[in-house]
Amino acid sequence: MKITILGSGCSKCKQTAEVVRQAVEQAAVDATIDKVEDVRGIMRYRVMMTPAVAIDGKVRISGRVPTVEEIRSLLSEDPGR
Amino acid sequence: MDVPRNKDMPTADGQAAIPSRSGAGDIARTFGMGLLGLVIWWIVYKGLAPFSKWFTFSLLALPPNSHLGTSVEFFVFDAPKVLMLLILVVFAVGIVRSFFTPEMARRVLAGRRETAGNILAALLGVATPFCSCSAVPLFIGFVTSGVPLGVTFSFLVAAPMVNEIALVLLFGLFGWKIAAIYASAGLIIAMAAGWVIGRFGMEKHVEEWVYSSPINGEERGPEPRLIWQERVRYGLESVHDIVGKVWPYVLAGIGVGAVIHGYVPEDFMAGIMGAGAWWSVPLAVLIGIPMYSNAAGIIPIVQALLGKGAALGTALAFMMSVIGLSLPEMIILRKVLKVPLIAAFIGIVGMGILVVGYLFNVLL
Repeated sequence: MKITILGSGCSKCKQTAEVVRQAVEQAAVDATIDKVEDVRGIMRYRVMMTPAVAIDGKVRISGRVPTVEEIRSLLSEDPGR
Repeated sequence: MDVPRNKDMPTADGQAAIPSRSGAGDIARTFGMGLLGLVIWWIVYKGLAPFSKWFTFSLLALPPNSHLGTSVEFFVFDAPKVLMLLILVVFAVGIVRSFFTPEMARRVLAGRRETAGNILAALLGVATPFCSCSAVPLFIGFVTSGVPLGVTFSFLVAAPMVNEIALVLLFGLFGWKIAAIYASAGLIIAMAAGWVIGRFGMEKHVEEWVYSSPINGEERGPEPRLIWQERVRYGLESVHDIVGKVWPYVLAGIGVGAVIHGYVPEDFMAGIMGAGAWWSVPLAVLIGIPMYSNAAGIIPIVQALLGKGAALGTALAFMMSVIGLSLPEMIILRKVLKVPLIAAFIGIVGMGILVVGYLFNVLL
């Protein structure tokens, strides 16, 4: 599973990265986390609001800092992976 | 106020991640708590003035009309008053904003004609929550989906121009008339600036790649409807985020204001920032643009200066240019806009602020 954090490096984006890291740790899933900070890179995901979180290329959260629980429930949505 | 737990969706720490669709009882409870909070808030608020007098002149036994006594009373009264107003208003604004999203604004604005579009965009810009770091993706999202450039500008300018923190401070320190004047002036500048940029046909000064980027923010189905507890949580979160960040500035600003209030002689500012000096308004704007302070710190100082003879228009112009036109924002926008458009943007908004400044100096 691949988790991408989209954000231009503002403090909310850093918070989001931390939340995602915690959620992955707690859920003990096999996931890579990477960040896209460049505007044009962010635009490829078609989001209008940062911070945003994409899971396997699909944007799931946009425009706010998610909670750890929220990310965990997103992570457990497709147990096939 | 905690979010009611969802019985059929247990989570590890007991805090429900997704609250259940609430029943009428939960909603009644939420509103009941809100009402109770409001009553307590009101009682404390009303008690601040007598408390500050008692604290300064009885407990500390400072002589009335002394420099120190005036300063202390000012601080003890205004600091809690402004913080309380801030909490209430930021919470209310948070609730209102939970009804708006940028996607919604874009749907409404796409394909609008200029004039009506500018008016609508400025209003939506104030109501829609977005963090300043989202300005660039928002800008691209708007222009690529057919929102005219000028209308997009009206949207982006409105939010910093009509800043809720500035509004609270103005209301708390000057009264509702000045606050209303500030809000309408900010909206009018946002509408007019966007309209003028639209007239100039400046689309060629947007970086080319912007228009060729994919239309972003594609519909991801309808937004989930929030229930009231979630809106309350949203409001509380914004109180936590915003008030948690600005309170030191508010206190520092009121502290400086208190010193000015008690020690600087009457009419000291009349020569520098009074209505008589024509150059005071442009000077205030020029000084204001590179300054990046938040409303919280600047307004108490402005209020204290006004008491010493500075003109309201000059002070408002200074404040608007500090808050509305900031250098860091320009640097972020440079990624999508070429220099002429940024210059036009600063010029037009700056002109608008100048006009407001002069207008108030003449009117009041």
